[in-house]
Amino acid sequence: MTALAIIFVFLAASMGLGLRARRGKDMDLEQWSVGGRGFGTIFVFLLLAGEIYTTFTFLGASGWAYGKGAPAFYILCYASLAYVISYWLLPPIWRYAKEHRLVSQSDFFVSKFQSPLLGGLVALVGVVAMVPYLVLQLKGLGIIVSVSSYGHVSPHWAIVIGTVALTLYVTVSGIHGSAWTALLKDIAILAVVLILGIYLPLHYFGGIGAMFHQVDAAQPHFLTLHSSGMSPAWFASTVLLSALGFYMWPHTFGASYSAQNERVFRRNAIFMPLYQLVLLFVFFVGFAAILVVPGLTGSDTDLSLLRITTASFPPWFVGVVGGAGLLTALVPGSLLLMSSATCLAKNVYQLARPASSDADTARLAKRLVPVIALISLYFALNGGSSLVSLLLMGYALVTQLFPALLASLAPRQLVTKQGAAAGMIVGVAAVIVVTLTGTSVGSLLPGLPQAVKDLNVGVIALILNCAAMAAVSAATRRTTTTLSPASVSV
Amino acid sequence: MKSVHLLGVAPFVGILVGIFFANRVTPYVLGMPFILFWLVIWVVLISVTMAVIYRLDPANRSTLPESAQPEEHTS
Repeated sequence: MTALAIIFVFLAASMGLGLRARRGKDMDLEQWSVGGRGFGTIFVFLLLAGEIYTTFTFLGASGWAYGKGAPAFYILCYASLAYVISYWLLPPIWRYAKEHRLVSQSDFFVSKFQSPLLGGLVALVGVVAMVPYLVLQLKGLGIIVSVSSYGHVSPHWAIVIGTVALTLYVTVSGIHGSAWTALLKDIAILAVVLILGIYLPLHYFGGIGAMFHQVDAAQPHFLTLHSSGMSPAWFASTVLLSALGFYMWPHTFGASYSAQNERVFRRNAIFMPLYQLVLLFVFFVGFAAILVVPGLTGSDTDLSLLRITTASFPPWFVGVVGGAGLLTALVPGSLLLMSSATCLAKNVYQLARPASSDADTARLAKRLVPVIALISLYFALNGGSSLVSLLLMGYALVTQLFPALLASLAPRQLVTKQGAAAGMIVGVAAVIVVTLTGTSVGSLLPGLPQAVKDLNVGVIALILNCAAMAAVSAATRRTTTTLSPASVSV
Repeated sequence: MKSVHLLGVAPFVGILVGIFFANRVTPYVLGMPFILFWLVIWVVLISVTMAVIYRLDPANRSTLPESAQPEEHTS
């Protein structure tokens, strides 16, 4: 029970911070969701880092290192490449958002393409992609609470408790709470991951080199990518896809609005990649667990980090690890919930009722929070996927927004609203069909070379997306210009 | 697009193309299998690359010294 008590202290502390952050702030929709655009380098860094270090990094990355080996290294790479892209991508987005006082990601598309309908579509794609991501956080919460209670709390109840805590937290605090808890979370997770990642290999094997040698001896070929399936081609395409999708998440896109100026992003692009190295220690824990707590398979590999912790440390420390893990689910989970609620309220509901006031929208957004939480809870209780496969699915979906976004940043109008919509619909449909039927590139086109067969299916969806976008844009631009040459917006 | 921006391509080549050649366990470097070492070194190089780009990019050279944040209050 010591462990659970300590986890509860973490929960109470984060709630306290959320309440404190709210005091004295006028909470209109802009305050609640983008913090009044007043955050400097450190706060934006924390918010964006807060989004990145989720239960996925903590449990999913160690789980994949444990269950799959080298393919897990993709997690180390994609965010780092996304920061490279962010140097050029985020400043124009931020500038435009500030000029037009935008709150959510779909506002951006509404404004750029002069189409509220397209904004509604973007909001829906975003929310659909966020659900697996949110499910992942809830499952993570469940795993943490149930393992660190040494089985006293069943995983199902643990997920329910976690969902309630998350919903309360979001309703109470808005983004200010997220930023403060992000600070607490970063310190806690950094300490925990470094301690585990350094201590466990030393304690059990005498060092990192010795540990890898033993893993290689026990499971040959585990530490390299495979020659087919999860091959280098899979690796490169998955890293690229995830890097492109990285800032397409409504909450990440939206969190970038909260920066004070555009230089914040350029400077963050220098430091954020180094922060990724924390993952290295998460991998070490996963590899150590292969030999110390063998036998976990399927989605149970996500338990590896916590299992090796309970096997190696006294209950109070298990509580600290669980508490840190709780924060890794709470902070990103709150951003996810808040963004999906804002998206639906502002860009889908207002579409149906254009007359509704900002106060109405804000109230609706807050009411939607528990609804979305309940939907995610349903999937969390009923699905059996591992954390990484949930994330990969979310990424494949959300990346479908990238082509239209990129095209909208060009000085001339390259893509029409119909073209953008067609691309997104085709791309998302392709991802859903592929995910539900379990198709791979190899099974669709068996005659191709192995490297092409191993490509991440999200890449194929992205290619279809671009093709549809270009074709429909070409067709609709011609009609638009012949009908009304002056209607092209600048 | 200044030519210094082209430096931003290097990390993509290093990771996305490099992985085809770095997919091996030996030699171990700093205790890590070669593939892991290769990716770690590229993460560090990304940071270095972005620092160089930040330094040389005229967009970051305003009248303010780099340490000072321009105070913008928008509320």
